[in-house]
Amino acid sequence: MPHFLKPLVAMIAGAAALAVAMVVPAQALVEIDVNKGVIEPLPIAITDFISGNGIGTQISDVVAADLARSGLFKPIEKGAFVEKISNPDVAPRFADWKVINAQALVIGRVSREADGRLRAEFRLWDTFAEQQLVGEQYFANENNWRRIAHIIADAIYERLTGEKGYFDTRVVFVDESGPKDKRIKRLAIMDQDGANVRYLTRGDDLVLTPRFSPTRQEVTYMSYASGKPSIYLLQIETGQREPIGEFPGMTFAPRFSPDGQRVVLSFGRNDGNSNIYAMDLRSRNTQRLTESNAIDTSPSYSPDGTQITFTSDRAGRAQIYVMGADGSNAKRISFGEGTYSTPVWSPRGDLIAFTKQSGGEFSIGVMRPDGSGERILTTGFLNEGPTWAPNGRVIMFFREQAGAAGPKLYSIDLTGRNEQHIPTPSFASDPAWSPLLD
Amino acid sequence: MIRFEGLARNPAVIALVAGLALAGCASKKTIPNSAADIGLSANNAVPGSSQDFTVNVGDRIFFDTDSSVIRADAQQTLARQAQWLGQYPNYAITIEGHADERGTREYNIALGARRAAATRDYLASLGVNAGRLRTISYGKERPVAVCDDISCWSQNRRAVTVLSGAGS
Repeated sequence: MPHFLKPLVAMIAGAAALAVAMVVPAQALVEIDVNKGVIEPLPIAITDFISGNGIGTQISDVVAADLARSGLFKPIEKGAFVEKISNPDVAPRFADWKVINAQALVIGRVSREADGRLRAEFRLWDTFAEQQLVGEQYFANENNWRRIAHIIADAIYERLTGEKGYFDTRVVFVDESGPKDKRIKRLAIMDQDGANVRYLTRGDDLVLTPRFSPTRQEVTYMSYASGKPSIYLLQIETGQREPIGEFPGMTFAPRFSPDGQRVVLSFGRNDGNSNIYAMDLRSRNTQRLTESNAIDTSPSYSPDGTQITFTSDRAGRAQIYVMGADGSNAKRISFGEGTYSTPVWSPRGDLIAFTKQSGGEFSIGVMRPDGSGERILTTGFLNEGPTWAPNGRVIMFFREQAGAAGPKLYSIDLTGRNEQHIPTPSFASDPAWSPLLD
Repeated sequence: MIRFEGLARNPAVIALVAGLALAGCASKKTIPNSAADIGLSANNAVPGSSQDFTVNVGDRIFFDTDSSVIRADAQQTLARQAQWLGQYPNYAITIEGHADERGTREYNIALGARRAAATRDYLASLGVNAGRLRTISYGKERPVAVCDDISCWSQNRRAVTVLSGAGS
């Protein structure tokens, strides 16, 4: 069966397809249709990967947690397993897995190479078709074991749903501590499941709205470090920071273009209104894209880079608009009750996510780029700041309750049915999802 | 309620309390960053000091929801501010624009900037030298009141005139 290996990073090198010598009859293969309205999670058995120590179980537990949180899979309790896998190189006893209704079976092994690296192998079986769907192996440094697990989860997700996975990704966000009227905010980065939190700033300056570069290990964000709100670039690996440029007023609401060459942003005019500009990162030349006597902010490019969606109150209240990337032909697309802001274009191009304020509540929703098909995914006291998983199927946002506490991060899928809290060490806001790592 | 005795000397606070009373929920609201909170009363603020400005003039004005229009009560406060600032011309002035938490982050930064600019322009129209006036927006990042109802959010929709430099 053809299976194409994804490109691998330097630290995870040398994946190879594993083959098990056997002949099986062709049958309809197990699959999940993510476009169905209500998705019954697929029962899947994820066995402890065989290893000399606990690392195999740790990896298979992370794989199971990723798949379960997607809402598309239901890992079966290990206690129900009949067959105990001892050799991942031979075919499993399918009857033992069918009897517990495991439609798919994941087995694996983790061993150590002579050079100290981990070698992780796994196979995905269709138990009813009695066929291997995926067999791959990965090599990585031991401290990257969670990444191996996420890559394996992505491979399973992709094979069974036909969609790209999103587990081998990270999220940059704002860590919040201290009382609400004296909040300390720090940029932080973590894996999409909340693991491996690392702080990128120290909390000396108020920092807001980080966004990932689509092409580099780089973040753009807004900071009060200079005494006025300004946009900065930060290298994630080195921690090096620089202002994006000198502006005669505040700049805020930055976001990269899909090719990573530009940052689109809001510039605060002296008269109190805000216009949208694009800055070329190599030349640092800016181009003004809007000039209304209004608030124009929160710009976000379409994935093909030809259009920009943004917030404007030029018609009186905040609404969502779409214009050409050169600022031409701005058109209002939101017409529902209330106000709309924070539009973010899906990486698939098919939808724009937004925050809607109506009836004293804040909702996260999506609509098509022409404004049709508005759907609200979640509503409450405060839900704000959607960011897309790279496959365009899941949205992360922050939620806050009334009172003196603080915001927390959540994800929700496009059905609106599968909502998950993302654990963070403290309060957290302004999440921004990375592209798939490579 | 001793706290209100000192506060009532601040006309801005009087306006606020009156507004709350009309809304039917005047009780038990703390007025943050007020003279009483920092242990001052009107009687011991040195004339020309920033305490004098905060306590006897009123350092802040309030806005309606999603608006940067200078209200009638705010016009009175700004008139007193302009007079005082004319009397003590050596202060540099930063006008901070703020929004309540009932808006999204980036929009509120823009809204705070608009409020600060409207306040600056109003003070300039009353004769305050525009060269002394700078503005900054904090959006919804620096609430003075932490709570979950309308009367409280109204205290966060504000522009605060902050003095720096030697006064006299």
